Amino acid sequence: MSEHIVPKKIYYRIFGALLVGTALTVIFAFINLGNFNIVAALLIAIAKALLVITFFMHVKYSSRLTKLWVAVGFIWLFIMLAITMTDYLSRAWLVYRP
Amino acid sequence: MSMTPLTATAGRLTSEGEPLNYLNNGHGLKSWLLTKDHKRIALLYLFSVSFFFIIGGIFALLIRINLLSPEGLFNPDTYNRIFTAHGIIMVFLFLVPAVPAVLGNFLLPIMIGAKDLAFPKINLLSWYCYVVAGIFLTVALIAGGIDTGWTFYTPYSTSYSNSNVLLAGVGIFIAGFSSILTGINFIVTVHTMRAPGMTWFRLPLFIWAHYATALVIMLGTPVLAITLSLMALERVAHVGIFDPAMGGDPVLFQHMFWFYSHPAVYIMVLPAMGVVSELIANLARKNIFGYKFVAMSSLAIAVFGFLVWGHHLFVSTQSIYLGIIFSFLSYAVAIPSAIKVFNWTATLFKGSISYDTPMIYGLGFIGLFLIGGMTGLFVAALGIDVHVTDTYFVIAHFHYVMVGGSLMGFLGGMHLWWGKITGRMYPEYWARAAMVIQFVGFNLTFFPQFILGYLGMPRRYAAYPPEFQVLHVLSTAGATILGLGMLITIIYFIWSLKNGERAPANPWGASGLEWRTSSPPPTENFLETPVVTWEAYEFAPIETMDVLGYPGDPGKPSQPVPAEHGTED
Repeated sequence: MSEHIVPKKIYYRIFGALLVGTALTVIFAFINLGNFNIVAALLIAIAKALLVITFFMHVKYSSRLTKLWVAVGFIWLFIMLAITMTDYLSRAWLVYRP
Repeated sequence: MSMTPLTATAGRLTSEGEPLNYLNNGHGLKSWLLTKDHKRIALLYLFSVSFFFIIGGIFALLIRINLLSPEGLFNPDTYNRIFTAHGIIMVFLFLVPAVPAVLGNFLLPIMIGAKDLAFPKINLLSWYCYVVAGIFLTVALIAGGIDTGWTFYTPYSTSYSNSNVLLAGVGIFIAGFSSILTGINFIVTVHTMRAPGMTWFRLPLFIWAHYATALVIMLGTPVLAITLSLMALERVAHVGIFDPAMGGDPVLFQHMFWFYSHPAVYIMVLPAMGVVSELIANLARKNIFGYKFVAMSSLAIAVFGFLVWGHHLFVSTQSIYLGIIFSFLSYAVAIPSAIKVFNWTATLFKGSISYDTPMIYGLGFIGLFLIGGMTGLFVAALGIDVHVTDTYFVIAHFHYVMVGGSLMGFLGGMHLWWGKITGRMYPEYWARAAMVIQFVGFNLTFFPQFILGYLGMPRRYAAYPPEFQVLHVLSTAGATILGLGMLITIIYFIWSLKNGERAPANPWGASGLEWRTSSPPPTENFLETPVVTWEAYEFAPIETMDVLGYPGDPGKPSQPVPAEHGTED
């Protein structure tokens, strides 16, 4: 398997971007956006995770099969979360009429 | 059709003049404990899973002894620990690793014409993870046991149980890593190490089944690790994720636990299905009817298997609407399973069937899995499930799938490849007798449990009303017969190591690369890399068979099958 050599400056840039992401998370925590606080926090977290996976974990430089596999992992996580959340969403729909 | 010349038979010799194979290539404990040979690691796994199978079996007999009389023999607290021990050991230390880690490890590289798995050191690490997991679980059992059942449902496991939940959780966590390491090895090996000419649709169905299993392992097992970690956090630090008083939900644990544990059922049964495909094709000397359908049904089971977990939650607070969808999806997963059963049966039609032990196990699998699968549809139906949830009906259902399916598949495979693995044949008469005894014992154990469950006998109860005693006694009698059958198998397997007939390279006249190397194979599997020019399950016409010498008896000079015999009209 060939090893891709990534220039150090890319690692530093990604590290910088992660720090900025952390700072943004803290800043948004102090601004009241109502329900959108959680949306903002999750979006920043997803962006940071993508940077780590793409660059630090070398997925960007991997074969298409590896990329597919990474995607499948996330699709499966989505299946678990989405169907479980459907449970919480639809539990209250049942109306008991004695 | 054409058969290519043999790739490897006559090889190097040991100093004693014996042909060099993986068993005599290196002696001493170190050569085994530090081996990177997939075949030796498979044997290490065989010893360890057999050890835990016997321990789990002893716990099963203790359960059955307790249930001989309505008031029970053990006190309820001890009984809780006995059935939990049985469940945890059988699921995590036997059923999950049995077929993939023993037969899969041994055969997967040979069947695709590779020298080893892609990551031999990771393969050895997987066995060490298994051993460490086994030690953790054994310590948990000896130091007082676990009383939560193998399912660790919250809030009992997190807030109330005073047994060794954490220790067992850590053990299962590590056992999960053992499976993950095996899974990643299988996936990478199948993708990257197939011999020249071994295209995807020339792969034996055993490989397809193991590939599908590895997908399930890789996608499901991390969730088990997360779930057990959350349970541990909840138990130690009371983080509240499963505690309603703190805004959590105990049913969330069930969602996450079954997201792994339902697909885990397919981790247990898919490899056994792969074994059965080999048994049926090779002992009926016929290509599997609808090869591509059977191959794809393995993948379909792997994918659909992830979408049905909620059928374990029908009587929890899970939304009834979601329940309807899960019920429908559970019915859907029966389709690929049925494809397999129908196609195996269709393969037998006009086949040249020999009723040797592996084939009897294969037929036993089909019959028992059919009952296990059909009763699965009973419990997948929302209405009936309310009646039979947590009763012996469910116990009987999943034992028909797990024991009737996975264990029969494992034993069938062990018989088919015993000669390949050890170089010695098992005694056919005793093997057939043991299989019949096991089959009778199995049905006597578990069929009465369907009736018991339907009449309302709950699972996990140490005592019961006297009117259930007859059925319980029948079940215990069956378990004794089943245990006797197992004992006979263990005895003749050990006996055959010294006294069995020497196995030829291909005792069954079977198709597949593993039969084209010596028994036992050399360390590198083949002396030269095989080139595959034939389709899966392509059999030479029967008149060209030199019964035991076909087509790779190391005692005979290797000869290509003449081309004029290789064409079929």
